[in-house]
Amino acid sequence: MKDFLFLFRNDYKAMSMGSPEEMQSMTKKWMDWIGSIAAQNKLTDRGNRLGNEGKVVRPDNVVTDGPYTEIKELLGGYTMVKATSLDEAVELAKGCPIFAVGGNVEVRPIDQM
Amino acid sequence: MEQKEMIPHLFRTEYSKIVSVLSKWVGFENIEIAEDIASDTFLLATETWGIKGLPENPAAWLYVVAKNRAKDHLKRNSTFSEKIIPAIQQNTGGLNEIDIDLSDKNIIDSQLQMMFAICHPSIPAEAQIGLSLRILCGFGIEEIADAFLTNKETINKRLFRAKEKLRAGKVKLELPPAAEMDKRLETVLTTLYLLFNEGYYSLSQNVTIRKDLCLEAMRLTFLLLENATTNKPKVNALLAVMCFHASRFEARTSADGESILYEDQDTSLWNDGLIKQGEVYLNRASEGNELSKYHLEAAIAHQHTNKSHSPEKWENILQLYNRLLLIEYSPAAALNRAYAVARADGKLIAIRDAEKLNLVKNHLYYLLLEYLYTGIDDEQAIAHLKTAFKLAKSTTDKDHITNRINKIKK
Repeated sequence: MKDFLFLFRNDYKAMSMGSPEEMQSMTKKWMDWIGSIAAQNKLTDRGNRLGNEGKVVRPDNVVTDGPYTEIKELLGGYTMVKATSLDEAVELAKGCPIFAVGGNVEVRPIDQM
Repeated sequence: MEQKEMIPHLFRTEYSKIVSVLSKWVGFENIEIAEDIASDTFLLATETWGIKGLPENPAAWLYVVAKNRAKDHLKRNSTFSEKIIPAIQQNTGGLNEIDIDLSDKNIIDSQLQMMFAICHPSIPAEAQIGLSLRILCGFGIEEIADAFLTNKETINKRLFRAKEKLRAGKVKLELPPAAEMDKRLETVLTTLYLLFNEGYYSLSQNVTIRKDLCLEAMRLTFLLLENATTNKPKVNALLAVMCFHASRFEARTSADGESILYEDQDTSLWNDGLIKQGEVYLNRASEGNELSKYHLEAAIAHQHTNKSHSPEKWENILQLYNRLLLIEYSPAAALNRAYAVARADGKLIAIRDAEKLNLVKNHLYYLLLEYLYTGIDDEQAIAHLKTAFKLAKSTTDKDHITNRINKIKK
């Protein structure tokens, strides 16, 4: 078994804030999806969401902030799973509720240093 | 209570107290001497009480005899004087006088310390449960063998090895220091939980022993709540789990010993008193910020005490299983989650989830698949039942599956 990182990307600005019912239904979808991975004993770390604000530090101490929300594919969160192959990890990613709202999941193997 | 029933009951409750107090006195490394004295005392009690009838205060009688037997041992036995006296002197701060403290406080403290000594991470869980049953619950070797569906020799060997290991590790009768308390308490709770489950899910046909196992697990958990250092939210949560499960004890077995599934139970047999008691512990468990797996198990068990079968109830149970699995994976939680998916979102979605579980060596997995396919693809359902039959190990399980196959065919 090898660890893989799921990176969730979406155009968060285009996403409308849903009604409380819609939000609740979205929470259930995420919990059921992550729960189904955990039920296969393939969840390494549930991970976290990332805040929308942020800064980028570039060479020569150049600090820029806030281009993020303009980006169509903003990194919004991550989860770590374990699988025997990249293909298997991709299978796990397929049920992610983010697809229903126009987002995507980048699946990357974690190479131990 | 009739005298005939009362004596074994009394021996069982007093055994752990006498062994714990005497072990505290002679040192844990000499625990066999404490066990021998307790057994001798009970033998003498059986003989004497058989002739003279029960004394006015049987427990006090046992303490006096045990105390005297301990003193006799000290005088007669050379090993005792060579090995034990130094130990006693060490344990009691150098007193030469034989004085066994039989106050309520010392009895409770000694049992609690015994619990931590026995539930020591250096010995396997199975041995911890066996030793707990023998020493903390006063079960006979034969009763333990019956609960584990094995023979007396196996249990004797297991207990002997475990005691050797604890002795070699110089385990002492004391509460762990504050810094280690949380970790050690975790092991104790795991053992108490397994002890309870051993009774609740045991394949043993002996319903009385199974119920006793559950009650003893609850009594020991309660003992932890009586001490301020071990009265933690997660301990309350564990006792809540036990109360909620135990509330269905009368409803889950038929008169002829067959188990009755949750859905088919007569809910009027559920014990409301235990449910209320569980709610009290669940409330106490919510003090503080910790959310342990026992909290989630208690919340799930609490949902099960709700007599309705509304989709909301199963949705709640599903979400609690999701959270439980995020804390700790277990095949049982994975299977129960899939069942909750079926009840909350329908069998088709549950089948999609269940087929990924890959618990191909577990007969319960195929029983779950049978349930999910029934009414959707009955041929598949029967095929899964047949696989379950092949994987089931005990005759009880095999009989249960055969019954089910016959029922479907009718």
